[in-house]
Amino acid sequence: MELTFYVASAIAIIATIMVITNYNMIHALLYLVVSFLAVAVVFFTLGAPFMAALEVIIYAGAIVVLIIFVIMMLNLTNEDVQQERTWLRPKTWIGPALLSLVLLGELAYLVIAEDMPTINNQPVDARQVGLALYGPYLLGVQLCGMLLMAGIVGAYHLGRQKKKVVHRFLERSEI
Amino acid sequence: MEESAPNYLLIIGGVLFVLLNVAAGLIWVERRMLALWQDRYGPNRAGPFGLFIVLADSLKLFFKEDWIPPFADKIVFVLAPTIVLISVLLSFVVIPFAPGIIVADLNIGVLFFLAMSSMGAYSIILGGWASNNKYSLLGAMRGAAQMISYEVFMGLALMGVVLLSGSFSLVDIVESQRGLWFFIPQIIGFVIFFIAGVAETHRLPFDIPEAESELIAGFHSEYSGMKFGMFFIGEYLGITLISCMVVTLYFGGWLGPDFLPPIVWFILKVGAFLMIFILLRASLPRPRYDQLMEYGWKILLPLTLVNLMVTAAIVLMNE
Repeated sequence: MELTFYVASAIAIIATIMVITNYNMIHALLYLVVSFLAVAVVFFTLGAPFMAALEVIIYAGAIVVLIIFVIMMLNLTNEDVQQERTWLRPKTWIGPALLSLVLLGELAYLVIAEDMPTINNQPVDARQVGLALYGPYLLGVQLCGMLLMAGIVGAYHLGRQKKKVVHRFLERSEI
Repeated sequence: MEESAPNYLLIIGGVLFVLLNVAAGLIWVERRMLALWQDRYGPNRAGPFGLFIVLADSLKLFFKEDWIPPFADKIVFVLAPTIVLISVLLSFVVIPFAPGIIVADLNIGVLFFLAMSSMGAYSIILGGWASNNKYSLLGAMRGAAQMISYEVFMGLALMGVVLLSGSFSLVDIVESQRGLWFFIPQIIGFVIFFIAGVAETHRLPFDIPEAESELIAGFHSEYSGMKFGMFFIGEYLGITLISCMVVTLYFGGWLGPDFLPPIVWFILKVGAFLMIFILLRASLPRPRYDQLMEYGWKILLPLTLVNLMVTAAIVLMNE
């Protein structure tokens, strides 16, 4: 079990790095999917099969599909890949790299100072997740609901258009 | 895993062997049945009842030139057809064919099925995008929108069954149908799941991603040889998968009167649903794309939510 955890986490890290460094958007998104799948395996090995399934269904299965959907419509060409290349010069890497180094240092400190958290194999099933969400974290669920509602209303407002008659034959039935 | 290792391997091998043969055989069954319903003969020359047409078809697919268009994105183009096969075959892992004949009885079986079916959307999207052809891209976009929307109702319709049986494990779901098959209390859920299943496998009448009369063949226009074959087999495996899921979730899986062994009941029920899939293809016209989306979001989604809430209320009252 512990070996699968380390392998999956390594894949997740490598895939995420590939997401950032890849110039081709679709390829980057494919790596993102791999990264999500790896994180799902990590959840599974940590004893949260329910979370693992949700990770695959929601993140890998729905959200990234939507992003790819949008990117397909953008009609990206080789010029865009070139443009991406000019944007991602070594100079732009310095700031984020420094900040990440600080985080890495902190992480290393925590790992060395504290006891390594061991992988406990007590599965957290759907019932416990539901009890937690509708018990102590009820406020969070409600706030999420409001945020999603706001998103839906906004999308509806942006997407609303006047009814167009596509063909003169349909004109009469449109009233 | 209580079984011994060789027994376990036997189940995996057997399931894989049967599935791939069923998928190939379905091509023949479909052509014969379509012909029957349209008042003609269908393939009847090669071999007994024209059965050798399956052999000829697969030989043709294997030996055809496997051409990758120069304008395509090579890696993604090759990757796309494999995803559909992998995701569909992986879904069969959680399906209980008979007591003891199951590859893995996961305690999140239903969710695993949903996860794998949502991964199947990638094969359409990536295949259509990598082909670098506007018809393929249009097909891929339609496919993506269709699969994402119908996944929502599919998942929500399933939750009614999960509520009644109190478990995500498919074996438990079948066992809890001993008294009453779930299609009676969950008739709305069953209808919605079946419609969503047809849309997920993008079969007629919902084959809008390929729509050969307007988009040539949609997302797989550029595919040939065995890569096309994978999409093809993936589609038939998808039909088998949805039939298996419908039978497991709503029609008592392997349960049935004692005079036949459980596996036979399962196969009979699945066969009936496969026939319904083919009959749908033979009888229904294809809706327009916006009609499909409107139908999904404006009719099916509210119905599913009402079904879920009513089921939850009844379960709560009976507790």
